[in-house]
Amino acid sequence: MNPWALVSVALVVVVTFYLGHRTSRFARSTHDFLVARRTVRSRRNAAAIAGEYISAASFLGVAGLVLKEGADALWFPIGFTAGFLALMLFVAGPLRRSGAYTLPDFMEARLSSPTLRTASTWFVVFIGVLYLLPQLQGAGLAMTMIMPAPAWAGSVLVTVVIAYNVMGGGMRAITLLQAFQYWFKLFAIAAPTFVLCAVFVTGGAGAPGSAGSLDEPAAPNFAARTAVTVDTDVTLRVDSPTRVHVDDGSGDAGWTTWRAGSEHTVDAGAELTFPGGSAVPTVDQAKSANIDWLLPSTDLTGLLSTYSLLLALLLGTMGLPHVLSRFYTNPDGKAARRTTVQVLLLLGLFYLFPVMLGMLSRMFVPELLITGDTDAAVIALPTAMLSGVTGQILAALLAAGAFAAFLSTASGLVSSMSGVIATDLLAGKVRDYRVASVGVAAVSVALAVTLPIDDLALSVGMSFALGASTFAPLLVLGIWWRRLTWLGAMVGMCTGGGLVLLAVVLNAVSAHTGGWAPWLVQQPALVTVPVAFGLTVLVSTATSSRVPEDVGAVMLRLHAPDPLGFMRDRAVQRFGRAEEHTRTTQGRHRK
Amino acid sequence: MLAEPSRSSTSLRARVELEQQTSWGELLIKDLVKVQLRTAVLLGLLVLAVLCAIPAVFYVAPAVTELRLAGLPLPWLLLAVAPFPLMFGVGLWYNRLAERRERDFVNMIEN
Repeated sequence: MNPWALVSVALVVVVTFYLGHRTSRFARSTHDFLVARRTVRSRRNAAAIAGEYISAASFLGVAGLVLKEGADALWFPIGFTAGFLALMLFVAGPLRRSGAYTLPDFMEARLSSPTLRTASTWFVVFIGVLYLLPQLQGAGLAMTMIMPAPAWAGSVLVTVVIAYNVMGGGMRAITLLQAFQYWFKLFAIAAPTFVLCAVFVTGGAGAPGSAGSLDEPAAPNFAARTAVTVDTDVTLRVDSPTRVHVDDGSGDAGWTTWRAGSEHTVDAGAELTFPGGSAVPTVDQAKSANIDWLLPSTDLTGLLSTYSLLLALLLGTMGLPHVLSRFYTNPDGKAARRTTVQVLLLLGLFYLFPVMLGMLSRMFVPELLITGDTDAAVIALPTAMLSGVTGQILAALLAAGAFAAFLSTASGLVSSMSGVIATDLLAGKVRDYRVASVGVAAVSVALAVTLPIDDLALSVGMSFALGASTFAPLLVLGIWWRRLTWLGAMVGMCTGGGLVLLAVVLNAVSAHTGGWAPWLVQQPALVTVPVAFGLTVLVSTATSSRVPEDVGAVMLRLHAPDPLGFMRDRAVQRFGRAEEHTRTTQGRHRK
Repeated sequence: MLAEPSRSSTSLRARVELEQQTSWGELLIKDLVKVQLRTAVLLGLLVLAVLCAIPAVFYVAPAVTELRLAGLPLPWLLLAVAPFPLMFGVGLWYNRLAERRERDFVNMIEN
């Protein structure tokens, strides 16, 4: 229980509530709710995109993975950033010039197929929910760390706040909010990192509280006698003989010695106590010896799964509905491109810090390797390194940053999904948008509370693979290749998506039946993305008679520079501007 | 003053040709698309080649992973720090190239 954390998280929630409430007053029409009237300048939009993109997976998950997997985990921040480079090179400008207001709308604008539009609507909703779940579950996890509350309380709190904001003003309300939350998150992670690094450098490795130097060929050590309560059943691996006191509640608690190289299954609820100086056992997949952790893997499997991960993140970013929907809010294609350059800078700046926190947590909170709760590393680290109020305040700041991450990402996801549902499955009025946002929020929070929690960065990784295998081929080929047909797009999207879903199912089965799944099932993009691209091209070529007749006009709109004025705003054509909207509600004419 | 109306009339004709996608108008756009795509692909391949080379080097020559630079392990510097300035730099570069292309295109249409 940390009173400072309680206050800081409450502050973040109140500020979020207030900012959303204030900016909601300006939102009146569907145009405001979907695309913030397309008036967001590139600098603010860049901060908003970065704010929305830095999710629980980035704020908590990256440090947790670095703690567990070491150098190999560094590919996550690289891929998260590289995705925006790909987005900028191939998608940003033309996508904005298409004048679309959602991803399915772009598909229809380009290929004039209502069937494809409906299919992509369902994929948007599916990817959105898949991405939203870990955010809400992360909120639950963070909540249990700062106060004695059940995990669902955090998920529900975050959901209520974002549903209120999104209902109140949609995209219009959350733009300023997300921009503010980027700068807040940067501060909330940078300041503690500087302080903790200073403490580390002045204290030095091997000082009291540290678990030994990071390049030793052994596992990290406990600095002092440490008791750990295991929350879920785990299998622990021991590399050197370890004295341990096991109390599993059955009455026969006592000290035993675990032999080197052995594995032990510990049931949920057991309490393990280790004497100071003993080596830290690790959960099955984590790297136990520090030297393996420090050096990147050099085998073929490591190489291929690294490529697969990189491909998923590189192309997956452009398939995430909440990222794309922010690009529709820029005034023109040039601004969309400039926005992306700034996002690259903002993300590169941010990702230095979670990596440093992950390194420190390997030394100071190795007990997380036993419970497997490595996502908690960021928040647990300050109090482990600094006793007293300073540590508590730093932990409070980090917890507040984590909540800002949940709030901004979740609000972007809910708003983009509501936009798609309201305009494609409902009539597209402001009321429909509000109904859709409540529906999305309710379903997601129900799923988040009932489904089991996985590693944040890993489950987010699956939604990237899904985005890369469904929407990335459609966007890239749709923008640059004239001969794409809706049938080719449909086959590519469904096959790519189907293969990733198959991998998700196989993964779940393998997790319950002994973890036999090879790396390709855990990181399927290396196969699914080329298959999706290949099939799209193949089927399009085979059905070349179905190339839409207006492809020339569409290509002109996508690629002609903004000053020539060929851009047509589809949202305005369909729903009218705010001023016209008030008129149409009174009169008979509808534009 | 006299040059003004004639300039705007050729500019108008070029716009109409573009708008209606006559064979010339279509050719203009196809050409622009090709040039923009080539820039994007080349810069994308550059970054991808650098990023993919890092794990490939670790695979081919594992000894590299144990090198140190200023006391810090080389793989960590290569993975945690180096890619970000590279990606930002390439982003800036592409932005400049693409904007220049578009300016040239607009100038060509308007003259």
